[in-house]
Amino acid sequence: MTPLNSAPALEIIDLKKAFGGLIVTQNVSLSIRPGERRLIIGPNGAGKTTLFNQISGDMRPSSGQIRLFGTDVTALAPYRRAHFGLSRTYQIITLFAGDTLEHNVTLGLLGLRPARWQMWRPLAAYGDLATEARRTLDAVGLLHLAGHPVSDIAYGEKRRVELAMALAQKPRILLLDEPLAGLSNSERSTVKSLIAAIPRETTVIMIEHDMDTALDLAETVTLLNYGRVIVDGERDAVIADQRTREVYLGA
Amino acid sequence: MKRIGFALLAGALLLPPLLAGEFYINLASQILIAAIFALSLNLLVGFGGMTSLGHASYLGVAAYMSALLTSKYGFGHGTAALLSIAGTTAMAACFGVIALRATGLGFLMITLALSQVLWGLAYRMSNVTNGDNGIAGLTRPTPFGISLESPASFYWFALIVAAFAFAMMTIFVSSAFGSSLKGVRDQPRRMAALGFNPWLIRWITFIYAGFWGGVSGLLYVYYNKYIHPTSLSTTSSAEALLGVIAGGSGTLGGPVVGAALVLLLKNYVSAYVERWNMLLGLVFVFIVLVMPTGIVPGLSRLAAGLRRGSR
Repeated sequence: MTPLNSAPALEIIDLKKAFGGLIVTQNVSLSIRPGERRLIIGPNGAGKTTLFNQISGDMRPSSGQIRLFGTDVTALAPYRRAHFGLSRTYQIITLFAGDTLEHNVTLGLLGLRPARWQMWRPLAAYGDLATEARRTLDAVGLLHLAGHPVSDIAYGEKRRVELAMALAQKPRILLLDEPLAGLSNSERSTVKSLIAAIPRETTVIMIEHDMDTALDLAETVTLLNYGRVIVDGERDAVIADQRTREVYLGA
Repeated sequence: MKRIGFALLAGALLLPPLLAGEFYINLASQILIAAIFALSLNLLVGFGGMTSLGHASYLGVAAYMSALLTSKYGFGHGTAALLSIAGTTAMAACFGVIALRATGLGFLMITLALSQVLWGLAYRMSNVTNGDNGIAGLTRPTPFGISLESPASFYWFALIVAAFAFAMMTIFVSSAFGSSLKGVRDQPRRMAALGFNPWLIRWITFIYAGFWGGVSGLLYVYYNKYIHPTSLSTTSSAEALLGVIAGGSGTLGGPVVGAALVLLLKNYVSAYVERWNMLLGLVFVFIVLVMPTGIVPGLSRLAAGLRRGSR
């Protein structure tokens, strides 16, 4: 679908991050095509979330480069990257607990629109935002809870609100940090089909420990350990790789 | 229910000049001024999550500027008011750049330090500010030729300004920008990831709060016809902060109730109890214990509970 010569959706070049003497990301280089489904795996403390934080801009790398669709964004603030088409979800649920589900998703929509600076019109006057927010909530199966505050709903539902907030932004690149964490089996399959339904215009990069579910969603896999890329490539090749078994899957 | 409350409020605001003596009319005017000041501080504390302990800077600087411009440099009240507000707002813009390098406790300390600098200047630059003597013999403006000398006429003037200020700040926090601000207060990291610029949102709010702080400062100096360095002191900032927290930060009515409470204690109770500050402290501790989120949220929760109980 995309021309072959187009720039990668995300390109990471020789990324390094150190906290004092502790090196958490070293010499990481990745290239992810537009529309690709990439799974990032690795043992606890491998530096997966740290890598996400550097891609989203929450953390500045010590050296190296991050490019989104060919543009160097290494020095850009997180909100600038969001306007570039980057969205993310959090491993630890980060929602507006006192506000309704609809308001949460509306904030996601508002963030990319000039209306966020509007100081006269109440947010409630933006009917199109509310409609769009409800449509997104419907897509993740939470429309019936739209008017409830986030603090009232169950954990698994909060995970889906996290997803809805990011999906509402129609991102070009979506970072999912353990979207299945702490979910029951039935909730897993719900979220799995939601992720599988994400349109191909969106490149999806996902950290996940649940191999059974995640491998079905992934086309390519990157294995991290001690902040380094150990194996990187097509899903089946990475899974079959001897080093993957040693580091992650176990014998 | 809401209509009754509104009628009661309107009655309470219109009554003082009709029924009460001068002492109470003046007290009501002071409450209105303190309410504008507390509302502006609440934009930072309640809606922005930025606890400032230096908000008196804006009240004091606007008051001093107006006092100096009218008494020393021969400006008319209209020009002086515009210059004072513009100057105070510009100062808020500069202070914001400095203070917003930090959040939380760091922010609080920077605002405190900046206000202490101004307070020190007001004391020490006595060739300009008259130091500890303050600037006396000031006049009130005469908007459209109407004299504001009588307590009642000044009360009406303050009421109009306060109503306008309340409306403007209500619109501000209910707007789309207000939602951005509350989002940044609750989850700054998430808001940045969603495309909001947290720093800029905080800075704009800081300036807006400084603007209304300046407006309250103008009313303050018009009312007192006198200005002294204590208006810039930490006590002045802390009193307002106490009012905001006691009344209910992050609500629209809270700061008004809180400011009224502090002033009533200060002016009324101090006539009977010498150590009124101690009483203020006790009242504050009591409120925090009984209604940790403040009087207004506490009472509305109580009312909701009663309504449920009666059904």
